[in-house]
Amino acid sequence: MITMKDISKTYSNGVTALSGINVNIDQGEFVYIVGPSGAGKSSFIRLIYREVKPTSGQIVVANKDLSKLKERKVPYLRRDIGVVFQDFKLLPKLTIYENIAFAMEVIEQSPRIIRKRVMEVLELVDLKNKARSLPHELSGGEQQRVSIARAIVNHPKIVIADEPTGNLDPDTSWEIMRVFEEINSRGTTLIMATHSKEIVNTIKHRVIAIESGRIVRDEYRGEYGYEG
Amino acid sequence: MNTAMKARTVKRHLRQGVKNIFRNGWMTVASIGAVTVTLLLVAAFLAVILNLSHMADKVENDVELKVLIDVTANADQIQELGNEIEKLDKVDSVVFSSKEDELNQLIKSMGEEGKSWKLFKQDNPLNPAYTVKAKNPQDTEPLAKQIEDLPHVHQVNYGKDVVNKLFDFLKYARVVGLILIVGLVFTAIFLISNTIKLTIMARSREIGIMKLVGATNGFIRWPFFIEGFLLGVLGSAIPIAVLMTGYHYLLKYVIQKVNLPFFELLPFNPFAWELSLLVLAIGAVIGVWGSVMSVRKFLKV
Repeated sequence: MITMKDISKTYSNGVTALSGINVNIDQGEFVYIVGPSGAGKSSFIRLIYREVKPTSGQIVVANKDLSKLKERKVPYLRRDIGVVFQDFKLLPKLTIYENIAFAMEVIEQSPRIIRKRVMEVLELVDLKNKARSLPHELSGGEQQRVSIARAIVNHPKIVIADEPTGNLDPDTSWEIMRVFEEINSRGTTLIMATHSKEIVNTIKHRVIAIESGRIVRDEYRGEYGYEG
Repeated sequence: MNTAMKARTVKRHLRQGVKNIFRNGWMTVASIGAVTVTLLLVAAFLAVILNLSHMADKVENDVELKVLIDVTANADQIQELGNEIEKLDKVDSVVFSSKEDELNQLIKSMGEEGKSWKLFKQDNPLNPAYTVKAKNPQDTEPLAKQIEDLPHVHQVNYGKDVVNKLFDFLKYARVVGLILIVGLVFTAIFLISNTIKLTIMARSREIGIMKLVGATNGFIRWPFFIEGFLLGVLGSAIPIAVLMTGYHYLLKYVIQKVNLPFFELLPFNPFAWELSLLVLAIGAVIGVWGSVMSVRKFLKV
């Protein structure tokens, strides 16, 4: 599903974020990306949805070679990838329902399909009764579940989460993890950058550790491996 | 875009574009104001220039050469001269008037004072003349020189200075006016692109999410083009209203008070309508151009 070969990324300000990255992630995998702040986790994740381009190396995502991908084809790559952020990125003036429907409207889905699918994902994240609420009326955990619902509403093959529990208390974090597990169990590849030792050590999955722009550890059913 | 835009997508873009107009509040007012001022001046300037051109055309077309014939020439020689003038390439028409005709014309044009000239009827000092019109008014001067060289020509008269001055004035007026208009148009474009930049920044979150979930670039851009278009079109409303009423009253009142030979304005229909359409089109172009500029600059989608 995701293959990186000798990937290096040096930003225009001279900072080398990644170097010599080789990795293969299969369909249906659940992968934690761990490592200290500034180690290159975000760059790694942003490479996948083509937010940044590698300086050298080859990256293939969902059978698309990103180095050869034309600029105008990028939107179609993004439709295969759902992204979840630490700060949720919900539109404050739209209701929960509208926030999720928005992601389908912009790829020009028909209203009939939108109605059906939005209710489906709201059911999945257990927020059907909040469809008419505005984001600020919801708790942090609920807002994050909305953003997850939005990320998966277009049936992406891959869901990427950049520290999705970073702003949430432990109880709420488990709630989020339950949703991710559910999504992953339906065959969606899940990649999650995290600083949460408890989560990584409790719900065991493949762990890729990045330090100073290099993969220093890659083990199935791994441990978090850092203090705190 | 690889598929034709769906009807509901078009509707969505229109709705978003209109929403943006209201969202930006004072900045919208400012840029519509800029377009309004620009188009007011453009309309006024075009009305003046086009009317002046119209008058100049009239004057140009009225420019005639008066070829005074030697008093010594006999009827055959006069006839021959007329034929020769007619043969010249640049000549449009040639009309003969005898010295009696000339005197009558003079007497008539002088009104009361002309009566004293009647004394000359017995001993007419005037020359018989050909009134010559050039096909192209600009050729009047070279044509005059050509005719001067023909036999039995006493003198060639035409309103040389008046014509040249008018041409010069028009040339300057056009250049100055065009520079002014271009400057104003760019100011308006700049203001519109700034307004749309505000929209883009206000909606950067939304745009970011659109990009993330795979909206095509065209889909993201369209509402901004529509916003710019609407700003331009709204900005042309007042200028068109002012132009229409202003021109109407100008024709109704001013024209009666000014009584100059060449002072003739273009008729309301079709001139005011055509000019309004032009103003509307300029407004729309300014708006879309402004939005294209800021979309290109600030929306690296």
